[in-house]
Amino acid sequence: MSDTFTAVMDQLPTADVLARSPLYQHSALRGDGLQLQENALATQLVIRGNTDDASFVQGVAKATGLALPGNLQSEANNDWRLRWIAPDEWLLTGPANAAFTMETALRENLSGHYAVINVSGGQTLVRLSGANARAVLMKSCPYDVHDRNFPAGKVVSTVFAKSQAIISRLGDDEWELVVRRSFADYIWRWLVDAGQEFGLSEHA
Amino acid sequence: MFYIHCPYCDEHREEEEFHAKGQAHIARPLDPDACTDEEWGNFLYFRANPRGIHHELWVHAAGCRKFFNITRDTQTYAILETYRLGEQPSVTSQS
Repeated sequence: MSDTFTAVMDQLPTADVLARSPLYQHSALRGDGLQLQENALATQLVIRGNTDDASFVQGVAKATGLALPGNLQSEANNDWRLRWIAPDEWLLTGPANAAFTMETALRENLSGHYAVINVSGGQTLVRLSGANARAVLMKSCPYDVHDRNFPAGKVVSTVFAKSQAIISRLGDDEWELVVRRSFADYIWRWLVDAGQEFGLSEHA
Repeated sequence: MFYIHCPYCDEHREEEEFHAKGQAHIARPLDPDACTDEEWGNFLYFRANPRGIHHELWVHAAGCRKFFNITRDTQTYAILETYRLGEQPSVTSQS
């Protein structure tokens, strides 16, 4: 049980609270071997703590059902995905409207020196899939996204389209970007532009 | 362009992801009130500008956002080693 007093706010207490994703003006797009869609309003929590502290490692595992992944790795079950960001920092993403329940569960299972921060409103998830998704990424960032360097399950924070993104590979042809809210529209348009040669267009 | 090994990500990354933060291993005077103006001025403003081996502080700004140190040759631009904060360099101008 938590030994600190923290006010945890349910940001979406009822269904009539207006929540709008930063990409609400853009709908999912489909091209030739390329799909682009936003995973809107997903729950995103930053978890920080020390892996030398066994109670922290066990607490996160108990609350999320996931083991803390090591360097540049991720762990996932049906609903949740836990990504390594830094040696003492992880990003947990999951279904919409679950931030309050998950944050409460984490705080109940953690104690001592740790942090849980709800960043759901600050960034959004963009899903890029299809056989040509990798070609679009190759145009957008200097990081090597080849199979031998970027297997499924890997997570990399890097420069992306002159901005930044956390790139995860979910499967062979399945990629996910975590982008800042204020850059979301710009990155979406960049991806549409990069996907033009694969038939992606917002003016269909 | 540098291709820098981040000791926290344990991977080589493009220089674009990093920022240089100047000379490394500058200890803040333990008691600033007891410093002379010269000592405090040296701590704040004066930096080495060697030709050859130099220890620098860098930050992996677009990656894990951790600070770490690089030992670099300012003459050849060769990066000789990268190491975490709190560690000491194994390559120095004496060695």
